[in-house]
Amino acid sequence: MNALYATLILPAAGGLLLAVVRNLTLAGWLNLGLTVATFAASLLLALQVLGEGPLYSDSLLVDPFNIYLLVLTCFVGMTTAIFSRPYMAHVCRQGSCSQRRMRLYHSMFQAFMFTMLLALSTNNLGVLWVAVEGATLATVMLVSLYRTPEAVEAAWKYFILCGVGIAQALFGTVLVYFAAQHVVGSPEQGLNWTTLYMHAVELSPTVMSIAFVFLLVGYGTKVGLVPLHQWLPDAHSEGPTPMSAVLSGLLLNVALYAVVRLKMLTDGALVQTAHPHLAGHLLMGFGLLSFLVAGLFLHRQRDIKRMFSYSSVEHMGLATFAFGIGGPLATFGALLHMLVHSLTKSAIFVTVGHATHIAGTQSIEHIRGLIRTQPAVGWGLLFGVAAIAGFPPFGVFASEFLVLTATMQSWPWLTPSLLIGLGIAFAGLFRHLHPMVYGPVPQGQQPVRVNMLPVAVHLLLVLWIGLAIPAFLAGWLDQAVRLITGEGLL
Amino acid sequence: MNLAHLSLLEQTVFVLAALALFLSFALLAQTRLTTMIHLFAWQGFLLALLTGVVATVAHTHHLYISALLTLALKALLIPWMLHRLTRRLQLERHQERLQHQALVMMAAAGLVIFSYWIVLPIARLELISTRNVISLSLAIVQLGMLLMVARRQVVAQVIGFMSMENGLFLAAVAATRGMPLVVELGIAFDVLVAAVLFGVFFFHIRESIDTLDVDQLTRLSEEEREQ
Amino acid sequence: MADLLSPLNWLAALLQALLFALAAPLLVAWIKRIKSRLQNRRGPSLLQPYRDLRKLFIKEVRVAHTASPLFRAAPYLVFVATLTAAASVPLLAVKLPTAVLADVIVLVGFLALARFFLALAGMDVGTAFGGMGASREMLISGLAEPAMLMAVFTLTMSAHSTNLSSVIQHVLDSGLLLRPSFLFALLGLLLVAVAETGRIPVDNPATHLELTMVHEAMILEYSGRHLALMEWASHIKLLLYGVLISNVFLPWGISGDLSPAGLLTGAAAITLKLMGLGAVLAVSETVVAKMRLFRVPGFLNLAFMLSLLGMLSHVILEVGA
Repeated sequence: MNALYATLILPAAGGLLLAVVRNLTLAGWLNLGLTVATFAASLLLALQVLGEGPLYSDSLLVDPFNIYLLVLTCFVGMTTAIFSRPYMAHVCRQGSCSQRRMRLYHSMFQAFMFTMLLALSTNNLGVLWVAVEGATLATVMLVSLYRTPEAVEAAWKYFILCGVGIAQALFGTVLVYFAAQHVVGSPEQGLNWTTLYMHAVELSPTVMSIAFVFLLVGYGTKVGLVPLHQWLPDAHSEGPTPMSAVLSGLLLNVALYAVVRLKMLTDGALVQTAHPHLAGHLLMGFGLLSFLVAGLFLHRQRDIKRMFSYSSVEHMGLATFAFGIGGPLATFGALLHMLVHSLTKSAIFVTVGHATHIAGTQSIEHIRGLIRTQPAVGWGLLFGVAAIAGFPPFGVFASEFLVLTATMQSWPWLTPSLLIGLGIAFAGLFRHLHPMVYGPVPQGQQPVRVNMLPVAVHLLLVLWIGLAIPAFLAGWLDQAVRLITGEGLL
Repeated sequence: MNLAHLSLLEQTVFVLAALALFLSFALLAQTRLTTMIHLFAWQGFLLALLTGVVATVAHTHHLYISALLTLALKALLIPWMLHRLTRRLQLERHQERLQHQALVMMAAAGLVIFSYWIVLPIARLELISTRNVISLSLAIVQLGMLLMVARRQVVAQVIGFMSMENGLFLAAVAATRGMPLVVELGIAFDVLVAAVLFGVFFFHIRESIDTLDVDQLTRLSEEEREQ
Repeated sequence: MADLLSPLNWLAALLQALLFALAAPLLVAWIKRIKSRLQNRRGPSLLQPYRDLRKLFIKEVRVAHTASPLFRAAPYLVFVATLTAAASVPLLAVKLPTAVLADVIVLVGFLALARFFLALAGMDVGTAFGGMGASREMLISGLAEPAMLMAVFTLTMSAHSTNLSSVIQHVLDSGLLLRPSFLFALLGLLLVAVAETGRIPVDNPATHLELTMVHEAMILEYSGRHLALMEWASHIKLLLYGVLISNVFLPWGISGDLSPAGLLTGAAAITLKLMGLGAVLAVSETVVAKMRLFRVPGFLNLAFMLSLLGMLSHVILEVGA
């Protein structure tokens, strides 16, 4: 348990500490140090869980489903902090950002890590809501960090749309608590996930199905499911690049995690009714819609970060769709997909940060010839996009293949739409990528000091997972699958 | 009439909840910002009173703390903050021209009926005496959302957001006799932080586009436009 | 229901109708008195409206040469329709023979009949002000009637009958029940009553400026006994709304039978309620200013919203509570 407390207290304390540190360089290193320490704590926690099994307490919970997400969050947070230190210092020198705002940035970065880790490890559905809302609040100020009109507009849209969505999720939570009152002994246990999961069959199906719809709409807004995704391209593209990396890579996962936890409860409650797969079908519908629509929107984009944020919507849609299908194969694919997408997308955003630094703009039309100016960035972007588009032998190919197989097994007539969607997204990404990487070099484009180590580490991890997924990871994922669906894959 | 089976205090709960719904309608029809803030404060006060009554009916003592918290936060602190903001932004005498007033009111009535229909299966379960108030609370949430959608002024949108939270709080109190105190405190904290952030945002918006009319926030869209 | 064949019951019903007609000017005088006190004046005596009516009855009738027979007939039609409507509202006792007539839709119908002839009479002579008054009256009533019906239906849905006596009996039988639907219906009906009886903030009954008139503009051409009947009819309408609101929402005191003791209690109760209601009206007329005409639809929309909320609260909260 101590490792878990350490994982939570470190970012919380860090947020408070960084609010008062004025020196920018010190803040950057402190931020980095805190994320390293949090990652170390999470590794200790992982070892503990591997050895002793899941940890339960009244307020906190670490089981196979969220342990790998916890480690992933800390890891991506760490690599983003490594990237962010020199990048934000450069941005500050350029003048887009003042010293005071940098203090806000670092402090909110840690606060954001804290709320995400809290959301992942809490056993209480109410605290889950508070943490997800807290994550939104922590990042709202960061999206508008540069104070341009576009950034302010993006942050306002983010605030309002996510706020409205999250309010629906709170209503859903209240309904779940309502259903629990008649089943669970003490009212205090009414929001406790482990208790609810044990008594899931006794929960009233009517209340739970209505509650799930609200929860899906609410948390689905944060996942970026179409048609509730309107805030996502703006927020992910207007904020500073490290922010885009963690938003795309981590927050979407946390929201999807919340949805899946609640789906587990709903499935348990509906198992003896006429529509036992209601939750799954809803997830499939929203997921498929997001997947296809995002793939189409990808083509129209002119801003590189917007394009990649639509790619995030698409992949999250795919993961949601896979969770909706249910069954061990699809769930394994979905869990794997959450993992590799997170690693790849954050790597891509880091590379994009460097690319925009080189080209001086975020507009796709004006970024050219990256591979000639700075081969590291060019190759990084090329491999990153290849990875996210689903090229073998990268990990995304493996997870997408699993999802396709599962679809063919249970819903064969949906497979063509999945394939078409994948094809459209692939075409869109490469159509935009090709001139950026291989086009003629514009006048005066100079290489810059970059740190491609995080990118390389992420892409190597994704490659490793795609080629030969390590046994302990597969075992973890299999345990999570067993928890979610009741049967294991391996 | 089954209403007779309920005690006088439970009937009071219904009356207070209906008055809170009426205030939501009144918010939709208001043009002046200061009056809107006052109406929102009254709604908070009614909810605090309602929580107190439910606490007496159900003998749950942590609800008294909830009631005091709501009173302090929703009826006093947040309206005071909004007042201060309105003064600093010089919007006190601002009167917004409401677009499609009649349509908005009809949509509001439609939303109340829609909320009732959605929650009907739960209301039929007869699990708790104040379950009918769940429909009203969902209606208040949806009316808050309608207020956000129908208004162009940012302060009005914030009031809509806060009144959504009012509706959610009512749902928690009426359906479940209040959530656990930890969760209530967390939610209250989130609402407070949100209110502070909104305040900060107003200034950013005004600095960047020189007005607080969100219809002017149009730079980010999917349409093709010249760069 | 009362014994329809008993002559005593019919006598009581006739007496109630006469009482309505006789008491109406008294209510108007009471309201005027309170308003004067609020304006630091002593105000006219409580018998002044009777003296005014008597004066008008004695005076000569002058009819414009462009007037049609309708012009002469309208005052009688309006008076009789209003008095019949009033006679059906339980004043002192619930179980009168006329209680069978006391259907709310019939009530609204009679009032609409009176209003129809009033408007026609206003347009009959062909003056500009008459036409203006008639069109304004139709605007106001066109918006007020749905609100009134919605409020009234809310009440009837609780009582499962459109008969006023049944509604009052139902409210009496239920004891002290706090009903949100009744609260909203009361507020809606109060607003509608203000609009229909032509009081501030919708219409000023004491105005001399023709351009601000609604009701007065329609009766501008009348004189003598015709004017007396029109004025009396409007007094009776005010009393009708007052009695409707007091006896339906606060029915305690109304007599269940026709015994002298019960009738006296009923009389005392209704007098007290009307005095209170009159005072409320007087205070609100002093505090609120008259609205410009284009704002009256907004006022009536508010009344409709309240009534609609009452209906919704009934369906959502009270059915199956």
